Amino acid sequence: MTVEARPVTRPVKGTIETAPPDEVRHLSSRVRETLLAVAFLVPSAVIFGWFFFYPLYRLVYLGLHQQNRFGTAERYVGWSQFTEVLGGENFRSGLKVSATYVLYTVPLGLVLGILLAVAANRRLRGIKIFQTIFASTVASSVAVASVVFFVLINPQAGYFRNVEFLSLSDPDTALRGVALSSVWQNLGLTFIIVLAGLQAVPEEMYEAATLDGYGPVRRFFRVTLPLISPTLMFLVVVLVIFAFQAFAQIDILTAGGPAGSTETLVFKIFNSQQPLSQGEGAVMAIGLFVVTLFVSLAQFLILEKRVHYGS
Amino acid sequence: MGAEANQATWKKVLWYVVLTALSVVVLFPVWMTLVRALSTPAVYVREGQPLYPVAIQWDVFSRAWNLGDLGAKIRISAVVTAIIVSAQLVTSVLAAYAFSFLRFPFRRVLFLVFMATLMLPIEVTLIPNVQTIRGLGWLNSYQGLVAPFLATAFGTFLIRQGFLGIPRDLRDAAQLDGYGHLAFLWRVAIPVTRPVIASFAVISFLAAWNQYTWPRAVVTEGRWETIQIGLKSLSASTVEQGNIGLAAAILASLPVLALLIFLQRQLIRGLTAGAIKG
Repeated sequence: MTVEARPVTRPVKGTIETAPPDEVRHLSSRVRETLLAVAFLVPSAVIFGWFFFYPLYRLVYLGLHQQNRFGTAERYVGWSQFTEVLGGENFRSGLKVSATYVLYTVPLGLVLGILLAVAANRRLRGIKIFQTIFASTVASSVAVASVVFFVLINPQAGYFRNVEFLSLSDPDTALRGVALSSVWQNLGLTFIIVLAGLQAVPEEMYEAATLDGYGPVRRFFRVTLPLISPTLMFLVVVLVIFAFQAFAQIDILTAGGPAGSTETLVFKIFNSQQPLSQGEGAVMAIGLFVVTLFVSLAQFLILEKRVHYGS
Repeated sequence: MGAEANQATWKKVLWYVVLTALSVVVLFPVWMTLVRALSTPAVYVREGQPLYPVAIQWDVFSRAWNLGDLGAKIRISAVVTAIIVSAQLVTSVLAAYAFSFLRFPFRRVLFLVFMATLMLPIEVTLIPNVQTIRGLGWLNSYQGLVAPFLATAFGTFLIRQGFLGIPRDLRDAAQLDGYGHLAFLWRVAIPVTRPVIASFAVISFLAAWNQYTWPRAVVTEGRWETIQIGLKSLSASTVEQGNIGLAAAILASLPVLALLIFLQRQLIRGLTAGAIKG
């Protein structure tokens, strides 16, 4: 560590008689502070190194190797495994299912969340009760939401078993049924966040718009929506990432079926843990990482231009 | 005047109708879950699946508790959640303090490295992390269930925001009183940012209690199942016991429901952190 002889800008605590020369005192307090910082950061750093960064290295390593059936021997295969997996049918179909899942869950969830929030953002007696009801699905985990939706859409005895466009037993529609459970489960969170965004809009903005002769619809699209667009951008990113991480709802509702039609990328990664498929799974995980990174970056860049940031 | 007031009343009524209709839609899945959980499965299907419970079995919850070994699963979830929440509080507060009040080399870079972990969800690192846990012999153990979640960049970020909001005057005053860093952290920084820390604790609880993918990957024995992954095996049981899984799902949601009702402010503040500026 290099020590710069910086002037001490503020008097350091300590009595004048015992105070060492400026330089030394500066150094020792600097060192003490650094040591304290190290002590404070080590617990987090150990976990991050062990379970976040080391696995990243391991993923690349596993991607460059192929294991035998028992995981007792491995062979270097190089980057060819990356090109094979990323260009292969398995990864592509997983990516396609995941992307479709995003399309099924995010727009619908966002629109419903906005609808609930706009409806509940007004001064009425008992509005708190409605707000609590709309927020209530945050209490359900993905697993709970899946079990709940199984009641509604399971092919044998579900309440909506005859609604064909949600049928879990048809490869063309199963993903929609699964997606609906996610939309419902995320509704509470979406509602809470949009409502908070709406409540942060100053009352005067509405008054000014009304004075300008804006009707409720025009006011919503011209004033409210632009003002809460940063909140919506945040939500879109969160919901897309949730959708890419979807696993429990698929594990519980369809187990990837029928005919592999609901095998998302994460589902495929989860099921690639045996030594023989580990290399492929590792490459798919890197693919998932890059895709989500790209998605959040792209969304950020695109939306930042169009989003109206309040002054 | 009278007509205007009349119109306002009608508008109000209309909004109540809309809000009630929306509530029915949101709560319909919950209602149907209750209906099915309480009904005797065979009778319910024979009666053509009505919208209300038939041949009600009030003891379904106690049967779920006994049959599904729910008590054990809830205990494992509770222990795992307690460890994760308390560990995350300690590691996040300490790291946040270092990034807010201590000067040390590479502070900015290190902060970015910490924040980079937010881009690495457990789904991406699942395969190597399960290998690590297996290598340590930690499959089916508390260590295995909690290890990757003992620290979180989200908590560090949130609490740091709180710490940075502490007025300069307060720090100077504490310094004049002879407070060292530890005393300042314990007696000033933590008490002053308690609302932020509480919000984070609530979110941390929510995430830990509800998680699925990781426990599903590191638990291979039924007796180590958390309540969330237990729901899968429970709901896959026979038709006669088809309502057991549903009763379990309702029981699994109760702690979070309590959170929503009693700690709503903290929950909402935690959930909206990052979404709304200012």
